[in-house]
Amino acid sequence: MAKQIQHLDRVAIRFAGDSGDGMQLTGDRFASETAILGNDLSTLPNYPAEIRAPSGSLHGVSSFQVHFAAHDVLTPGDSPDVLVAMNPAALRANIADLPPNAEIIVNTDEFTPRNLEKVGYTSNPLENDSLDGYTVHRVPLTTATIAALADLDVSKKDAERAKNMFALGLLSWMYSRSTEGTVEFLKQKFAKKPKLAAANVAAFQAGWNYGETTEDFAVRYEVKPAQLAPGTYRSVNGNTALAYGLAAAGLRAHLPVFLGAYPITPASEILHELSAFKRFGVTTFQAEDEIAAVGSALGASYGGGLGVTSTSGPGLALKTETLGLAVMLELPLVVVNVQRAGPSTGLPTKTEQSDLNIALFGRHGEAPLAVIAARSPADCFYAAVEAARIALTYRMPVILLSDGYLANGSEPWLLPDPADLPDLQVEFATEPNGPDGKFLPYLHDPHTLARPWAVPGTPGLEHRVGGLEKADGTGAVSYVPADHDLMMRLRAARVEAIDVPDLEVEDPSGDARVLVLGWGSTYGPIGAACRKLRERGVSIAQAHLRHIAPMPKNVGAVLAGYDRVVIPEMNLGQLAHVVRERYLVDTVSYNKVNGQPFTSAELETVLEEVVRNA
Amino acid sequence: MPEVPVKLTAKDFRSDQEVRWCPGCGDFAILSAIQSFMPELGIARENITFVSGIGCSSRFPYYLNTYGMHSIHGRAPAIATGLAVSRPDLSVWVVSGDGDALSIGGNHLIHALRRNVNLKILLFNNRIYGLTKGQCSPTSEFGKVTKSTPVGSRDTPFNPIALALGAEASFVARTVDSDRKHLHSVLRAAAAHQGSAFIEIYQNCAIFNDGAFDVLKDPASRDSVLVRLEHGKPITFGASGEKCVVREPRGFGLEVADTANVPRSEIIVHDETVEGPAYAFTLSRLSDSDLSNTPIGVFRRVGRPTYESMVAEQNASARAGNANATPDELLSELLHSGNTWTLG
Repeated sequence: MAKQIQHLDRVAIRFAGDSGDGMQLTGDRFASETAILGNDLSTLPNYPAEIRAPSGSLHGVSSFQVHFAAHDVLTPGDSPDVLVAMNPAALRANIADLPPNAEIIVNTDEFTPRNLEKVGYTSNPLENDSLDGYTVHRVPLTTATIAALADLDVSKKDAERAKNMFALGLLSWMYSRSTEGTVEFLKQKFAKKPKLAAANVAAFQAGWNYGETTEDFAVRYEVKPAQLAPGTYRSVNGNTALAYGLAAAGLRAHLPVFLGAYPITPASEILHELSAFKRFGVTTFQAEDEIAAVGSALGASYGGGLGVTSTSGPGLALKTETLGLAVMLELPLVVVNVQRAGPSTGLPTKTEQSDLNIALFGRHGEAPLAVIAARSPADCFYAAVEAARIALTYRMPVILLSDGYLANGSEPWLLPDPADLPDLQVEFATEPNGPDGKFLPYLHDPHTLARPWAVPGTPGLEHRVGGLEKADGTGAVSYVPADHDLMMRLRAARVEAIDVPDLEVEDPSGDARVLVLGWGSTYGPIGAACRKLRERGVSIAQAHLRHIAPMPKNVGAVLAGYDRVVIPEMNLGQLAHVVRERYLVDTVSYNKVNGQPFTSAELETVLEEVVRNA
Repeated sequence: MPEVPVKLTAKDFRSDQEVRWCPGCGDFAILSAIQSFMPELGIARENITFVSGIGCSSRFPYYLNTYGMHSIHGRAPAIATGLAVSRPDLSVWVVSGDGDALSIGGNHLIHALRRNVNLKILLFNNRIYGLTKGQCSPTSEFGKVTKSTPVGSRDTPFNPIALALGAEASFVARTVDSDRKHLHSVLRAAAAHQGSAFIEIYQNCAIFNDGAFDVLKDPASRDSVLVRLEHGKPITFGASGEKCVVREPRGFGLEVADTANVPRSEIIVHDETVEGPAYAFTLSRLSDSDLSNTPIGVFRRVGRPTYESMVAEQNASARAGNANATPDELLSELLHSGNTWTLG
């Protein structure tokens, strides 16, 4: 029978199942085909903190959401329009996120009394009225897969395991995705096990055919390609993009990159990625602890490389003493903090923006340094390049803030032309710079306030650096009160001397009276909320900070141009505190600290209320 | 490493900084011994870097006219590791004390040793916290009365040699601040060693632990307690070699015996190069913290690839075939590797 084709502007699909069901792979494949089709998209995985949670349990549910559209996409989607639930746990764990009328595709085979009981269902939701109001497709995914593979030489277990590909085939049919890419992918993935390759391909095709032939699926959807810039793309999550950015910075600086890191969630992937970039001038060192990680990076910078350390909140706390030394030594250092929900161990796999305070202020003495933040997964690349630019040009530690939401979320990234990235080459000191032929290691450049970078191995410039206070110019240890006073003020001035671009404001109507100011990963949900408000004729201006220390020079003037400034943050008001203190603006905070990113819908409501009351 | 164009002298290694240790401090003797040893290295000053932590001993880099960093408490081995791995062309030395290396920085010390980073680690052991004015340290004798232990410490001290051996150190030695000739011989062996070299230097703190090592220095007592280890020679000591080291009759250790009562063939002949650490470990346990039977010299010296050489090898093999690529070409290769797609 002919299927009806319905055109959609955007869709969010969530694949959910047991940890062992291969949902990440399934979602990732769907996202890849979607990207190649030219839709813009954003994805977000959600997996349990436990490595192997008990099968069929609620906390063992793993999911992957993909949001794709015929226009540009800013977030992975607030709530899924379609849920694929591979078992009762997946249904139970995700049902609350579904809007009314959402489509649910369930694997009926797994709805056994035992599995229902495991997750606390007292009656089968497929048989009572609890799913009224949703469009439920009951598919015997497991038995259909086994039946489809009956003629193949694979064990029943292997056949069962291919059920995720059956689901992928069905969804690929529903949303008119092409099949060639996935077939090719499966052949390559199982190149050494041709029987498994054949089984997975067969399951995938059976899923497609199931949609095509079963009356339950009457409608097929199409989402037209977005108007994306032409060029070569790849899919990146924040951690991957950050690793690419760090390697790119080293290549643009013609310097080796040295990463010292200690494993920590959710930052470890940066270590993994960079450890595979030896070919591109990157050396990685898995240190004995967080302190050694930053220490070794500082040692590498002292030796004339780009020293980098990557971590998450608890690790940053351990590194703070070394950051104080780096401030004193005035050497380049990039510190990546992929924030997670704290304090202490907190919620290691959940996201938060609660490390702004420690980044800005978390050192003893006054030890100012540069702080910047990334706003989207792909933006992590550019944020890393910018962190390196500041570190190398101004010879100081830079903290780059990412977070769990950016680290795990993926989006297509239009690859830049290397020549379009900033030239980060530095000049090492080679000659004495003092009046009497002496070398003055702390003679500061009048514009950048950077001191010469004289690396060991340079004849005639032998000098000693250290954590003791020093005299300006000579760098000799000094306990003279005036020297300390001068150096304290100089270190603060060094941060303010960093040249950063002005804060840009997006205010398409030009008559907004309310500005929403954000930083970091809230860019997507804030942008999506503003877009929805504007579609409804509500004027609102949006500005997003990349540089937090130093602030762009025009921030005060920008804020003064609005009746109300709203600051949404995934913390209890850390940026708001800084802005209120610095600019004496009575900001309105909206805070969320439940480990989850903002949804654009909640921000839309909050912002509209502020606009109405402004 | 490039050859030194001109012959350097001890004077060339003196910086313009005024040396600020207390009168009578053992650090003066060590500084002077190292300044006079440095020319022997045959390495240009600019290719030598000293990295220290915090404490009296850690002021060392300020007084040497090489590159140097006075870092933070305990972290010198970590910082030096980053420097050595990224700059294998340099001669990197770490100067530390018993509190710095064995207490706050113990973790970094053991990991630098087990990796065999090419660092020469000098541990000035004065068995006291000097810069903070006299608290007990991790090498202070059990029961020691200090400002922080007024009725005697309850801490069992570390044996630094045994600790280093347990951490897989490939070169382990001990010497004494006042014996320049011996200090030089140990430094020479350490400098020639490829990999981590750990040198414990007994050092006198004239203010808070004065005379701690006098028994090893006093002509009246030293011969009966100092066990001078010499590779390939039977281990005997005492004014006329009346004492010697033999195997314990039971167990796996070594013990001291009267040379007169032992057949020559049963006296242990010192071998620095024994592959397993057990021999050197038992040697290190001959002395208690009372300094009786104190071996000095090289306990262990075994060949093992340095960490940085292995890292460099991996990097070089990854870079095979891209020797002529420009950085932008490499960047382009990096960005386009793996799964990409093209639109428009």
